[in-house]
Amino acid sequence: MRDERKLVIQIIFILIGFIYIVRLFFLQVVEDKYKEEAEKNATRKIIEYPYRGLLYDRHNKPLVINQIVIDLMVVMKEMKVPDTTQFCNAFNISKEEFIDIIKKVKQEKGYNKNRPVPIIKQLSIEDFGKGLDVLADCNGFYRQERTIRSYPDQSAANALGYIGEISKPQLEKSTEGYYEQGDLVGISGLESSYEKYLRGKKGVRYIMKDVHGVVKGPYRGGDQDIISEPGENLFTTIDLELQKYGEEMMKNKIGSVVAIEPSTGEILAFISAPTYNPNALTGRYFSKNYDSLQKNPMKPLFNRPLMAMYPPGSIFKLAQALVGQQMGVLRPSTIYSCNQQAVGVKCHPHPSPNDLKGSIQWSCNPYYFTVFKTIIHKNRNTNKYRESELNYDDWRKHMATFGFGQKLKIDMPNMKSGHLPTNAYYDKIYGDLSWKHSTIRSLDIGQGELLIVPVQMANLAATVANKGYYYTPHFVKRIGEGKNARILKEYTQKHYTSIDSSFFQVIIEGMFMVVEHGTAYFDKIPGIEICGKTGTAQNPHGDDHSVFISFAPKTNPKIAIAVYVENGGFGAVTAAPIANLMIEKYLTDTTSAMSRWMKKVVTEKDLLTKNKKLYK
Amino acid sequence: MREDSLSRNIDWVTILFYLTFIIAGWLNIFAVVYNPDPEVQQNIFDLSLNSGKQLLWIGSAFILILMIFAVDIKFYSAFAYVLYGIIILVVIATIFIGLEINGSHSWIGVGSFRVQPAEFAKLFTALALSRFLGDVNANLKKRNTRLVVAGILILPCLFILLQNETGGVLVFSAFILVLFREGLSPWILIIGVASIAIFILTLMLDKYNLSIGLLILAGVAIIIRIITVRKIIFRSIMINSATVIAIAILCIGIVFSVDFAINKVLKDHQRKRIMVLVNPELDKKKEGYQINQSKVAIGSGGFFGQGFLQGTQTKFDFVPEQSTDFIFCTIGEEHGWIGSTFLIILYIMFLVRIINLAERQKEKFARIYGYCVASIIFFHFMVNIGMTIGVFPIIGIPLPFFSYGGSSLWSFTILLFIFLKMDAHRKQVLAH
Repeated sequence: MRDERKLVIQIIFILIGFIYIVRLFFLQVVEDKYKEEAEKNATRKIIEYPYRGLLYDRHNKPLVINQIVIDLMVVMKEMKVPDTTQFCNAFNISKEEFIDIIKKVKQEKGYNKNRPVPIIKQLSIEDFGKGLDVLADCNGFYRQERTIRSYPDQSAANALGYIGEISKPQLEKSTEGYYEQGDLVGISGLESSYEKYLRGKKGVRYIMKDVHGVVKGPYRGGDQDIISEPGENLFTTIDLELQKYGEEMMKNKIGSVVAIEPSTGEILAFISAPTYNPNALTGRYFSKNYDSLQKNPMKPLFNRPLMAMYPPGSIFKLAQALVGQQMGVLRPSTIYSCNQQAVGVKCHPHPSPNDLKGSIQWSCNPYYFTVFKTIIHKNRNTNKYRESELNYDDWRKHMATFGFGQKLKIDMPNMKSGHLPTNAYYDKIYGDLSWKHSTIRSLDIGQGELLIVPVQMANLAATVANKGYYYTPHFVKRIGEGKNARILKEYTQKHYTSIDSSFFQVIIEGMFMVVEHGTAYFDKIPGIEICGKTGTAQNPHGDDHSVFISFAPKTNPKIAIAVYVENGGFGAVTAAPIANLMIEKYLTDTTSAMSRWMKKVVTEKDLLTKNKKLYK
Repeated sequence: MREDSLSRNIDWVTILFYLTFIIAGWLNIFAVVYNPDPEVQQNIFDLSLNSGKQLLWIGSAFILILMIFAVDIKFYSAFAYVLYGIIILVVIATIFIGLEINGSHSWIGVGSFRVQPAEFAKLFTALALSRFLGDVNANLKKRNTRLVVAGILILPCLFILLQNETGGVLVFSAFILVLFREGLSPWILIIGVASIAIFILTLMLDKYNLSIGLLILAGVAIIIRIITVRKIIFRSIMINSATVIAIAILCIGIVFSVDFAINKVLKDHQRKRIMVLVNPELDKKKEGYQINQSKVAIGSGGFFGQGFLQGTQTKFDFVPEQSTDFIFCTIGEEHGWIGSTFLIILYIMFLVRIINLAERQKEKFARIYGYCVASIIFFHFMVNIGMTIGVFPIIGIPLPFFSYGGSSLWSFTILLFIFLKMDAHRKQVLAH
């Protein structure tokens, strides 16, 4: 009996041991939730943000750089400030502000007295340096570096765009799973279209923390960490000097300037006026500044060269002349007189009659009334309406090859296509077979339903300069550096218009005469053979819009430009001098006394104040 | 010559177990305080760390062992009652002069040197109990013997309870195993286990449902009895049924009294400690925090463990009191299921061996004392590991030889080595 009892006791021991071993098997081997909870307990995932790629102009001058700013961090538990007044003076805040900051920090969600929290954000290195002496006497302060975008020349704001926190819809739309809430992302301009290259690759760092949240070094020796990869630099086609030169002249006007190198399609200047200081949309004042820019009646955030749809006015006569020739109703020798009464079209005083070249030189409205009429009513042996429909459709197809009415595949988001009306469009308004030339005649001089964005206008100038083809306008020469440098193939492809190149010479001669001895005679730059075309677009809001497109030199053109100034009056008055001065600047990099005077006059022309009542 | 025979008769296997345990404990205590920061060069011997201090306790424990072996074997039986009396007085004194730590007055000390007299109370109670039951005239079948035994056991409990150390009192229930070996009715053991089962069921189920369940169970038992019985004798069926129903009603009575005890008698924090046992999700942030973190730490060990000094839960203080009562978490996290299982098997082998040693004693006093040693260590082992894996409520008792702390290491060392001293002299006793 005694032996039995001894055994019973020993069996109880073994039984308990066995139960525990089984229980531990479930706890440790079968169940996964404890492992997850342990990981959650003791590790923290820290995203390492990569260094965003920089943007340079075509001469490798920096357009966008990353600036290091310093967040002053403090661990509340360790904080000791022996002299608050001295501290506040060093960091240029008032004592009340300091107390307020501390109070706010403590109320924040997830506040932990053991963990560093930022108390003064985004100090410049200089400002932080001023506080260093004071900090030496304090306790519990740390610095955290981060980078923000910075624009050393404060130029080309709308072209470069800005970055900001990713929006909820954008986050939901993004399928690659790269972004997380709070990530910075390119929102507009090149920052947006080249986001993929600029952002680089985020890294991840796992660190260990103790029960109080205090960091205790890398997790598993950093084995699972992923090092961030910096973004790639963009070498843009923008000429910073030219850009700034143009911006200065456009600063008190509303409108656009787009300059393109015809032989490549590279955009040399891209001005949206009025512009804004791009540094306003960086760092801690982002939302405040964004709000005020958003509310500004001049709409500085509106990317006009791509998004503002304008009637092109007389610059459209170039396209009319080309399509007329291609359709066989117009020859260089075709002569019409400026018979305003007979056709019911107004014109300005100029020599008459003119051949095709003269019609461009003097921008004769009745001439193009007749040209467009002969196009639309080119004999097809059917009735007038049927004829109009067929000829208009042909005309439209030719026009479309210039890129009108469509979004060019430019490397910038949100381009508008403009409006090149279709047959269906007119059918809808007037009814099928119920419209003819007299119904749509405003198109002849680029008015009416026709709308074109400034980039398309500059592209027209480049197409004429190339005698019949264009490269899609683009901003980027090269992505990345060294071995990894790439160019984008889609921008090395020629796009031909449907116009024979032989039809261009007469147009170019006419454009040359515009500046030599025509409508833009006053804007001539001695020593440079500029070919241009003025435009004066009527609009219901106020003074006419001033339009000018040109390219130079006449042989082997290096620059094509379009300038559109809202309510700037006659094309030769505002737009032409800006265009030609920029051409001079780009081609010669010197300016004559005459041009300096011209520049002064055009720069001082303050259309914003003059047209104030329009923007209320 | 005598020294020689002593060393020949000492049970070196048990001593090997002992050394394995204290060294493993010491390494795990270092793992708890270990800081992975490479700039912090830590030394396991550093006296400012718990591991360094534990080494001092281990060293002093070795001195105690030498002293225990040096003392004449007759001393332990001769002075059993005196030592028992002294410890009772010290425990009483502690109630009044003790330092208050976590609401209990169970520590006495000078400066940084502190001991917990209750740790030693079980040791001297074991000696006194063995001395009394070791007497030829003692017989647990006699009422007088039973009364004195109850007295010996209840007296220290009473005063420890006054110190507010509930955990220390529960340890005394370990002596039931000793009494069982010495002839106490097995019903006490069975009723004890059944009570615990009903107790746990009461926590988990609604008391009314549980009562109905018990009655149905009784009904089923009676019907089975009637069907299976060969010859139907009305009288015997009546008696059997009445017995079964009486047991069922007794169980229901226990259910209701447990329910009453938990809701009305227990203090709030004690009730919560019990409730989180059956429902760990109940209160993860407060009362359930420790048990949850303990399970997380052990569970994160997986099959092979995180490796020595690699456990994140261990290093970063996620489990409160980890180097003392929750040292098993470190083993679970860093050495996984393999390590924990190895430790448990080793521990069970150690306990089984003590029982075997106890049985080979010629003297009744030594045998009973051996059972006391095994039972006390077993109880600590069962409850301590049980609370870390969530099967026992959290009562602050250490894992013998592993947990950090001088009082517990000293008291368990003395407890064990007095027995090994007796065992080494088992042949001399015969020579009398």
